[in-house]
Amino acid sequence: MHQHPGVLEAAAVLPFVLALVFYLHAAWRERTTGRGWPLHRMLLWTGGVGCAAAGFIGPLAQSAHTNFVAHMAAHLLLGMAAPLLLVMAAPVTLALRSMEQVPAIRLSRLLKSRPVRFLSHPAPAAVLNAGSLWLLYATATGAGLLANELLHPLIQVHFLLAGYLFTASIIGKDPTPHRPSFRTRAVCLAAALAGHSVLAKFVYAYPPAGVPVDQAQAGGVLMFYGGDAVDLVLLIAFCAQWYRYTTPATAGNRSKAAPSRRA
Amino acid sequence: MQQPKVPARKALRGNRSFPASILIGIGIMAAVDEIVFHQLLGWHHFYDGASGDVGLFSDGLLHTAELIVLVAGFFLLADARRRDSFSRPAAWAGFLLGAGGFQLFDGLIDHKVLRLHQIRYGVDLLPYDLAWNVFGLLLLVSGAVLAVAAARADRRG
Repeated sequence: MHQHPGVLEAAAVLPFVLALVFYLHAAWRERTTGRGWPLHRMLLWTGGVGCAAAGFIGPLAQSAHTNFVAHMAAHLLLGMAAPLLLVMAAPVTLALRSMEQVPAIRLSRLLKSRPVRFLSHPAPAAVLNAGSLWLLYATATGAGLLANELLHPLIQVHFLLAGYLFTASIIGKDPTPHRPSFRTRAVCLAAALAGHSVLAKFVYAYPPAGVPVDQAQAGGVLMFYGGDAVDLVLLIAFCAQWYRYTTPATAGNRSKAAPSRRA
Repeated sequence: MQQPKVPARKALRGNRSFPASILIGIGIMAAVDEIVFHQLLGWHHFYDGASGDVGLFSDGLLHTAELIVLVAGFFLLADARRRDSFSRPAAWAGFLLGAGGFQLFDGLIDHKVLRLHQIRYGVDLLPYDLAWNVFGLLLLVSGAVLAVAAARADRRG
């Protein structure tokens, strides 16, 4: 798989370049001719694409094939940090605004379709996210999957997509039909965070098959505290949404506090 | 969200800053425990291999709960302020009750009853346990004194 690193690397860069170009182009057009688009979202998107790319290409991605600590760092970047930044950049909103009418209607129909609605509910998204981590790091099957060179990029794509789905289900700003209540989302968020912390301890105590003990321990500690750092931002973003949403109507901003959904 | 009309500010009962501060007290005490004893002193370990799977599970769970109550506590306190339901005595009472309650819970239930981990290893534990729990009790009692005083103030006026 490493015979033509140049060609492979170039092919792997392409999706990230495209994601960056499409978003920034659409955002720029919104800023100049449309309703405007906040600069901080453009920066968030750029950071998110950068984090995701660092998990696939470059030195960290290279050593992630052989070193468990690097693999764990790539997991944190791909599965947690990148999704957080990408979700906060509200790409679906931007897409809906900048598309022609017909494709925009198709996209919003797709978002309302049953499978998408199911997967973007926080409970299935959390199970998909935390469940696959437990499968990978705490079972013999998972150890076999991890050791497979060809599967590695697929696992990383899964980290990124599952991470995005989960983060969007908790703090997504994009239009979501039937977004669950704050209470439901809080319970799912708490369960997923707990699952991550407990798994990090398990990885430390019971190294996955084929992973040297010192790497498993360092990887477990990195997963624990690195996960904390991202979780802290996620929790603050979630609570800040609740705070804005529950603004008392008496505080003089009646116009802002009129959504029909229940907190 | 139609909020009921904000009642006259209470010093303790019905005061939103009281439960919020309890959460902050728990979160801060847990963070101090983590930073001082794990990171600075190195008396506690990430995993000591002795407490088994229950220890792993409860450690991970407790750690997540700490992070959540800390963030949620600060947002609830901010919410109390904007609803004009913030009271300094109630906030201090809650903070001390939360911090002392956590310290004592950790010292008695985690260390002694469940024996998940100890304060320090390879030493005579008695002075450590005493210092730990007496400190927790002091925090808890000061919180209770403040809470009683605030409740009395409530009744008076």
